[in-house]
Amino acid sequence: MAIPLHHLLILGGLLFCIGLVGVLIKRNLIVMFLCIELMLNAANLTFIAFARHLSQMDGQVIVFFVMVLAAAEAAVGLALVIALYRTRQTMDADDLTLMKL
Amino acid sequence: MKELLIWIPALPFIGFLLNGIFGRQIPKKLAHWIACLTTGVSFLLAVIVFFRFIGQPVTEFSFRYFTWIQSGAFRAEFGFLLDPLSLVMTLVVCGVGFLIHIYSIGYMWHEGGYYRFFAYMNLFMASMLILVLANNFLLMFVGWEGVGLCSYLLIGFYFEKKSASDAGKKAFIVNRIGDFGFVLGILLIFLNFNALGFPEVFAQVAQLPVEAGYGLLAVIGLLLFVGATGKSAQIPLYVWLPDAMEGPTPVSALIHAATMVTAGVYMVTRAYPIYTRAPEALFWVALVGSVTALFAATIGIFQRDIKRVLAYSTVSQLGYMFTALGVMAFSAGIFHLMTHAFFKALLFLGSGSVILALHHEQDMQNMGGLRKYLPVTCWTMWFGTLAIAGVPLFSGFFSKDDILWQAFAAPVAHHLIFYILATVAAGITAFYMFRLMILTFHGRTRFPADKLDHVHESPRTMTTVLSVLAVLSLVGGYVGLPAWLGPNVFKDFLEPVFKYLPSEQQAAAAAHHHSVSQELMVTGIAIAVALLGILVAWVLYQRRHVTPENETSLGWLHRLIYNKYYVDEIYDATVIHPIQRTSESFLWKVFDVGIIDGIVNGYATLSRALGIFTAQLQNGLLRSYLGWVVVGSLFFVIYILFFWSA
Repeated sequence: MAIPLHHLLILGGLLFCIGLVGVLIKRNLIVMFLCIELMLNAANLTFIAFARHLSQMDGQVIVFFVMVLAAAEAAVGLALVIALYRTRQTMDADDLTLMKL
Repeated sequence: MKELLIWIPALPFIGFLLNGIFGRQIPKKLAHWIACLTTGVSFLLAVIVFFRFIGQPVTEFSFRYFTWIQSGAFRAEFGFLLDPLSLVMTLVVCGVGFLIHIYSIGYMWHEGGYYRFFAYMNLFMASMLILVLANNFLLMFVGWEGVGLCSYLLIGFYFEKKSASDAGKKAFIVNRIGDFGFVLGILLIFLNFNALGFPEVFAQVAQLPVEAGYGLLAVIGLLLFVGATGKSAQIPLYVWLPDAMEGPTPVSALIHAATMVTAGVYMVTRAYPIYTRAPEALFWVALVGSVTALFAATIGIFQRDIKRVLAYSTVSQLGYMFTALGVMAFSAGIFHLMTHAFFKALLFLGSGSVILALHHEQDMQNMGGLRKYLPVTCWTMWFGTLAIAGVPLFSGFFSKDDILWQAFAAPVAHHLIFYILATVAAGITAFYMFRLMILTFHGRTRFPADKLDHVHESPRTMTTVLSVLAVLSLVGGYVGLPAWLGPNVFKDFLEPVFKYLPSEQQAAAAAHHHSVSQELMVTGIAIAVALLGILVAWVLYQRRHVTPENETSLGWLHRLIYNKYYVDEIYDATVIHPIQRTSESFLWKVFDVGIIDGIVNGYATLSRALGIFTAQLQNGLLRSYLGWVVVGSLFFVIYILFFWSA
């Protein structure tokens, strides 16, 4: 039985919003990362949904790219987090106000 | 003559600049040399111009020096009008001014600010000369304002004394009120005649008929007269003149006796084409003049300060001049202006001599019997007193007699009222002047005996001037003899000025045959009234030794008149305090602080609030930056989805 398109889109949208809200609300940097990953995966889901619906391979290929991107970003980001923890002993986003102008 | 004429006001102006800028560094002697030299040379030039003028047939010159304002069709020039009237005024101003400058050398030598005094005096001379020589209303107004400024500066010369600076402010502000009317008059003239120069305006006015009732010319005349009441201290704007006695005595002599206060008289005479065609305006001029003459004379009766008596006397005598103008006896008014300049300057300078000798004692209660100590001052002041009282042979007699006769005989409505008021005032004038002289120079000495040793006659710079003015007070009247005695050279000299008299007036004047007997009767009444005043003063003050202290026993009458009928207090209550209270409570607190400051501060507060608000965007918080990224991207998405057409 084929899953209707709009179900997948709504799921993707919901996952995206949950991830977005999580990024904005959570203070722990790791959890913020998790939420960012969640947003990326929601985007992936949307791509695949459309690829399935339009019977094209393009969407699924893009998912590969996005995953690679996510992995690279996670690596760099976690490196940043570790560096931050080493110097500041904190992983609370509210304590990081060095960007104040 | 054109070249010489401009130097007459220019030299004192240069003197003002020199003394004003370099006065501090130059020695005191140089300061008075500059001032007196410039004024003296001006007088010399005026005399030269006079002789050249009478030696040739033309009677009116309008010299244009340069164009001052050029704006579209409107044009104001800097130009001088040379005719008998301006010549007389120039000679009086320069001559008396020069004498007073000489006097000031002796008087002001021991005062501070010597160079400043002479700088201001020279500026005054320059402004007054511009006023009388100007050939258009605008330039005359420049001189008008200039003398007002100098009056303020010189009255408040001892500015560290509060009463002096207050008096200066009062003079300027009251003058300003008059100037408001004056400017409105000038505006009306410009609107209706499209010109401001005297020749152009009066040529046009001469075409107009004599008005019945209040027409345009009457309104213009009245507005200009409001300015004259301010400058020439008539009712209702005379209140500044008595206070102006705070200034040094030479200032009182020059500005508030001989010259500045006569500017109003000159102005009305100059504008005679307007006034002679507006009988209603003339009526008010004569009424205000004669009432002021009597009113001020009564106040002078009980004053104790020697200068205040002379101040009220000036107001009263100016009233005489306006009475003359109001009955269209213009040359009589100017004649009295000239003789008044002589004897009033003399009286003021003489009183200055007394004040200086007594170390700035001005209350006549503390004077008396000074004849022995100040002989020259005494006899010169007697000349002035006899002149002002209208005693025959002295100059004042001829000019006053002329005015009284003209008021009696004039073909003008209600002229007898003016005549009666003026005659009564003449009697009172004689009274208070003799009171002044007896209280000061005769009778018992009330001055403290221990200080009498220091009382001595004034230096020669001062006494020489007094003597010259005394001689002028005696002989100055012989140029204007009454018809039954001889030729009136003065009136004949001024005759060409009055070429624009309306034909009805000329016909009436020609048809009006005054009999010699009537004229003699008027003269007789004048002399009798003066003698009556003199007699009463002599009995009271010489025989019965009444002093100002004794006068207070008259109770409420004395209080009323001594306090100048409480006019200042009335003005305070009705005009000044309401304005002050409105200014404080509404204009200041509500409008200035609340609204205007509020708007300006509001802008600042608004900017600050906006700044604080936008500053919150840059708080360094990671999460808020993320939030703004989300908002931005949301806007972007919405725009793409709904508002972008591919």
